[in-house]
Amino acid sequence: MSIFPVEQIRADFPILGETIRNKPLVYLDNAASCQKPQAVIDSIVHTYSHEYANIHRGVHTLSVRATDKFEGAREKVRAFINATNTKEIIFVRGATEAINLVAQSYGKSQLQAGDEIVISAMEHHANIVPWQMLCQQIGAVLRVAPMNQQGELLFGAFEQLLNDKTKLVAITQMSNALGTINPVEKIIAAAHAKGIPVLLDGAQAIPHMAVDVQALDCDFYVFSGHKLYGPSGTGVLYGKQALLEAMPPYQGGGDMIRQVTFAKTEYAGLPHKFEAGTPAIAEIIGLGAAIDYVTAIGMDNIAAYEAELLDYATQQAEQIKGLNIIGQAAHKGGILSFTLDRIHPHDIGTMLDSLGIAIRAGHHCAMPVMDFYGVPATARASFAMYNTRQEIDVLMQGIKSLIEVFG
Amino acid sequence: MFEDLRDLYQEVIFDHNRNPRNFRVMDNANRQVEGFNPLCGDRLTLFLKIDDHVISDASFQGSGCAISTASVSLMTEIVKGKTEAEADTLFKQFHEMTTGKTEDINLEAIGKLAVLAGVREYPARVKCATLAWHTLDAALKNEAQSISTE
Repeated sequence: MSIFPVEQIRADFPILGETIRNKPLVYLDNAASCQKPQAVIDSIVHTYSHEYANIHRGVHTLSVRATDKFEGAREKVRAFINATNTKEIIFVRGATEAINLVAQSYGKSQLQAGDEIVISAMEHHANIVPWQMLCQQIGAVLRVAPMNQQGELLFGAFEQLLNDKTKLVAITQMSNALGTINPVEKIIAAAHAKGIPVLLDGAQAIPHMAVDVQALDCDFYVFSGHKLYGPSGTGVLYGKQALLEAMPPYQGGGDMIRQVTFAKTEYAGLPHKFEAGTPAIAEIIGLGAAIDYVTAIGMDNIAAYEAELLDYATQQAEQIKGLNIIGQAAHKGGILSFTLDRIHPHDIGTMLDSLGIAIRAGHHCAMPVMDFYGVPATARASFAMYNTRQEIDVLMQGIKSLIEVFG
Repeated sequence: MFEDLRDLYQEVIFDHNRNPRNFRVMDNANRQVEGFNPLCGDRLTLFLKIDDHVISDASFQGSGCAISTASVSLMTEIVKGKTEAEADTLFKQFHEMTTGKTEDINLEAIGKLAVLAGVREYPARVKCATLAWHTLDAALKNEAQSISTE
């Protein structure tokens, strides 16, 4: 691979030029949300300046233009994750809404009392709570596949959970709290061998690796646009067409109907059946711009560069006495979750912030993961394609200094 | 290196974080309330012994950040020997000081607690300082077994 053009990429992200508390911003909270390149910002400005109207309704020119751009973004998403066709791409507000949609539409219509749903011990609350709600509503049972101390799924134990009652596996492709990348190909093969569909939570994985839903053969795939350098308020549910066709609508309203009378409503076909109401038009067009941006750089190039960054950060962190890395899976994405002996993550967060370094301190919406490690919270530095080794040096120096101050 | 943080992390706070005062279970407590900050996972249990409306003993258990540990440690020191009414007044003064509703703080009354005034400038950390006091407030009202900042 040629040298990764990180300086050129940085120049495309205006916010990276900000100073925080009079220091250059070191943004290492990418697992929470990524910053936006100029191309995405320009796209939103362009839409509102030249191409904005409501979609799928008007005969007027602007509405047609906006609809073309919006549907163009759907095609970009389809190509990006290699779905068979655009009917399989449902726009939602984020990964959270996508999982809720599957739980309430697929889950409620296909599962019965006593059926089981299998998740893993490293899930984000967004891939726990919607299933708990479904279980309460219909009397289904949630099963949790365990992990080891490194934060790796215990595959054998996972396989043993699959039985005749298992009706869905919902699992993260990459853990937001630990960085673990799960062996999703093996997971899907094991589930499919027993006729069980699989939902992959790709919220964390999508900006870090190439995703091909046909090669994976997953049944549902969900992600959020804001973690892929796109606008917040955008998200995608991919589902195999046959599954989506069989599912009832999630919300009722405009845009999801073919014909409405007071006696009866005939629903629209895919994908509009699941897109009631006016969506985040400019934002979704902006998500298309984000996909163009990362595609031009190349997802494999991004993955290779970020792997180098993580290796470097891990090596540096291991040399700091009193620093404990939480999550040491053999296959990991760019997340360094850690604790420091006798220093609470919130103090770490405030002290690093005073140096211009943005990290996350807390439970990362994964309280069961914190319970597993017996910590109330961790500090988490998470990397994106625009981070550099120099920034990791600034982080490590900051950590060393705050350990000294705390004494 | 952390010059900007001197108002927030004063030496007294480091001291109380390293060596929290009254950090013990109290077997003969007659009030016991748990405080919880779901945002950060901080948890503490506050023990009080109240005789004739006077707080004769105060202690705590739990884990939290330096600000919350120092705050509860300082609080158990200062409320010991105070009447319930006096402790309630302190709670109100502390709350006003940390949420910045008044610049006019009676430093004499609030004493050592003034070291926590710096959290005013850090909205994300105010709850770390006030968790202890909300827990005390619940204990004084004797109304809840467990309170939450959210």
